[in-house]
Amino acid sequence: MEFFVSASTQNDFKSSWLFVHAIAVFFFLYLPIAVLVVYSFNGTGVGGFPPRDLTLAWYHTLFADSAIWESVANSLLVAAAAVVIALGLGIPAALALHRAQFPGKAVFRRFVLLPLILPGIITGLSLLMLFARAQINLSLITIVIGHGTALISVATTEVFAGLQKLDRAQEEVSLDLGANYWQTFWRVMLPNLKLPIIGAALLIFTLSMDEIAVSFFLIGRDNTLPLEIWGRLRRGITPEINAISTIIFMFSLVAIVLWYRLRARIEGSPEIASELIETAVQGD
Amino acid sequence: MATTTRPAESPVTTSAIRGLLSVRNIAKTFGKNVVLRDISLDVAEGEFLTVLGESGSGKTTLLRIIAGFESATSGELWMGAERLDRLPPYKRPVNTVFQHYALFPHLTVEENVAYGLRVAQPLENDISARVEQALARVKMTAHAKAKPSRISGGQQQRVALARALVKRPKLLLLDEPLSALDANLRRQMQVELKSLQREVGISFVFVTHDQEEAMVMSDRIALLRTGELEQVASPREIYSRPATAYTAQFIGHTNLLRGEVRNGIFRCNGLSWRTDLPDGSALLSLRPENIRLHTPAFKSSSDDAVVFRGKVKQKVFHGATELLQVECADGLTFSVRTASQGELHGELESEFQPSDAVSVRESPERL
Amino acid sequence: MFSRAYRAFVTVPPLLWVVVFLVVPYFLMFCYSFWSVSQSQVIVHSWNLDNYRELLRVPVYWQTLLRSMWIAARVTVFSLVLGYPLAYFLSFHAGERKDLYYQLVIIPLWVSYLVRAYAWKTILGSEGVLNTLLQYVHLTKHPLEFLLYSPFAVVLTLTHIYTPFTFLPVYAALEQIPRNLVEASHDLGASPRQTFWRVIFPLSIPGVLAGATFAFVLSLGDFLAPALLGGPSGIMISNIVVSLFGAAYNWPLGAAISLGMLVLVVSLLFVSERLEKKWSFS
Repeated sequence: MEFFVSASTQNDFKSSWLFVHAIAVFFFLYLPIAVLVVYSFNGTGVGGFPPRDLTLAWYHTLFADSAIWESVANSLLVAAAAVVIALGLGIPAALALHRAQFPGKAVFRRFVLLPLILPGIITGLSLLMLFARAQINLSLITIVIGHGTALISVATTEVFAGLQKLDRAQEEVSLDLGANYWQTFWRVMLPNLKLPIIGAALLIFTLSMDEIAVSFFLIGRDNTLPLEIWGRLRRGITPEINAISTIIFMFSLVAIVLWYRLRARIEGSPEIASELIETAVQGD
Repeated sequence: MATTTRPAESPVTTSAIRGLLSVRNIAKTFGKNVVLRDISLDVAEGEFLTVLGESGSGKTTLLRIIAGFESATSGELWMGAERLDRLPPYKRPVNTVFQHYALFPHLTVEENVAYGLRVAQPLENDISARVEQALARVKMTAHAKAKPSRISGGQQQRVALARALVKRPKLLLLDEPLSALDANLRRQMQVELKSLQREVGISFVFVTHDQEEAMVMSDRIALLRTGELEQVASPREIYSRPATAYTAQFIGHTNLLRGEVRNGIFRCNGLSWRTDLPDGSALLSLRPENIRLHTPAFKSSSDDAVVFRGKVKQKVFHGATELLQVECADGLTFSVRTASQGELHGELESEFQPSDAVSVRESPERL
Repeated sequence: MFSRAYRAFVTVPPLLWVVVFLVVPYFLMFCYSFWSVSQSQVIVHSWNLDNYRELLRVPVYWQTLLRSMWIAARVTVFSLVLGYPLAYFLSFHAGERKDLYYQLVIIPLWVSYLVRAYAWKTILGSEGVLNTLLQYVHLTKHPLEFLLYSPFAVVLTLTHIYTPFTFLPVYAALEQIPRNLVEASHDLGASPRQTFWRVIFPLSIPGVLAGATFAFVLSLGDFLAPALLGGPSGIMISNIVVSLFGAAYNWPLGAAISLGMLVLVVSLLFVSERLEKKWSFS
């Protein structure tokens, strides 16, 4: 299908208004982040305009704060485990949905994809009830289970999208030349899925690091980073939180640029995560 | 006495058909890419003009400039007294049938056809009457309520046609509309399109890379090569009197004979004959069907005929005719077309009239 | 072609996990909603409909639900109002800078939700950035109270969170519209504005529905923004559930509400899916 991108298409009076609107939206989206970063260097604290007293004091406090770094370590552990579980189950699920026919396939798909759109509280609470009935103590492990459950859907969706893009002819050629489905998977499909899988891993890792709604109900003695921050927020605001937020923002920036580059290598125009939303809502 | 005559006059028919659309010195560059150079062309009222060319020749770009989807880098478009190239596409009395039909998927066939009428005058009542008429003309009345995804490619194409024609434009542009159809349907549609054009009386500008299609349908053909017009003439003229080597080879098969003219005699390898051409090097085009084959014992009855002995190297069966490759003693190979006989092989006498060898200009490589 | 071993390998482990950690928990939630809690904070397994009766009888529950839906509706509308023109601009007017703008829209998505909600808190507070700015430039004398600890703050924050989420599917839908349809519309005499309403917008509706559903459902079930910024007047239904599983200790009642939310969400998804199918043409 040819897409003629013509200079004269849709050159309407709206053009300048649309641009103004776009700038306004960008401003709206970035304002809080900018404020956060600026005020992490602000000597007089969190509020108050204009900011003065440029200082790194809050970062010093942050680095000395062992509780925060413990929670960071916990979060990293949980995120890594979540990636393993989500991919370990999401890849087979994607394969199953891709080609295999089995009874209850439609129902299976619905259930796997449900946590994408369900508010985290429902996933979290239902698991809490499970653990309570099974008399399992809440801990990092229960959080891992929570994240894994919620994020399998992300892994499945991303890998499935990658599978769809695979040239079916390649699979067929492999089968035609005598390989069975195992071999075809390992030799033909998997190499082409490397990038979607890495992208999914990156996404899952980031989502897990930020996850709070599900974790909220499954927390034991050890905090993850978001929960640690949340706890402090209940007690009062300090610019130290600005500092850690700025650091989180920096990491997110790196992650997103990485993922963007990755997607740009897979396909011409990388549209991140839109398939997640569409799949979540449409279920297919 | 039959001789080889001079080449056809100039690329553009200079009899100045002051007709419907006047393309004046249109040029188009995309970045560093020069796609069209100085195109000038007139489209007459009620004419079926085909813009023929290979991919990359600029034919689609030219069409899009006329439609208004691209703006020319320089040059003008005139329709009567009105300057066209300053107008956006939705203000030009020109409609287009797109290569992939571009039917609106969310509208039914009927609504698609009515679209152009509705955006102009949403409240008019006789829109449905006109739509019905348009659908009937392309024989799609039965599918009026269907969505485009439910009808076949050929049917979509008819709907696209009806949609464009219902607006009664002065000029209809067709961008390779038949290229997505399979061969038989394509031939059928060629005939239908041609009679439709006659019936409706609108000028059609038809773009294609298929020279047979161009020959079948057109009143005139404009042959485009890498952004320049090679020749603009009727199918018969362009076939029998090609202006350049490229034209001769692009349309139909030909034998190109390169040789020297001295003192009124053209010499090419071992062959020679009388000619009107000036002294110097010359290039002649000889159509395969103008060469007749005889058994070795043949003696020509014509004084002017050029006769030579050759050996059949290859035969390709084309159904009604055969195309043979005949090699002469000095290494020159001729393509010869004969009615299918199946019996010709070995050494044969070949004969042709010098008047059938038409002089053509060189077609130098263009960057 | 598909050996039984292969089929078993790809279906059994995920299936098992889904059953154990999704199906069973939902079922448990279903059960819990019919139980009750005794005086001594013990969950009693007597099956009854008391919880549901309580939900219907006591006004605060459905009032809060309605307020939550109203907040979610506003968030959805505002994020669409912000997100759609942005997507349109990127798709049809941004030319070469399209990719750059796209990246710019996506970046905030990846920044932690908590971080962004917290940021708004520091901006909207009575000693926050906005108020002190307004006083600094002498636009106001006293801090504006409604900015924080109000439904306004919740709507503002959630709109900020969900605008990129409505942008994404709308943008994807717009990008999929073949440009030759736009040209065909122009060719037939429709101005760019007519082309937008007659061709572009109808074909983008599935994207709009997907984004709207996503924003609505997730806003509805949100408890973090209301907890941080909502104040007493901004409490949403999930906050009630959280307290029922926390200090108020009434798991069965909380389960009943959760189940209700689950049913509501699933129904909304069903409706949305139907509508999307009706509006997708390919």
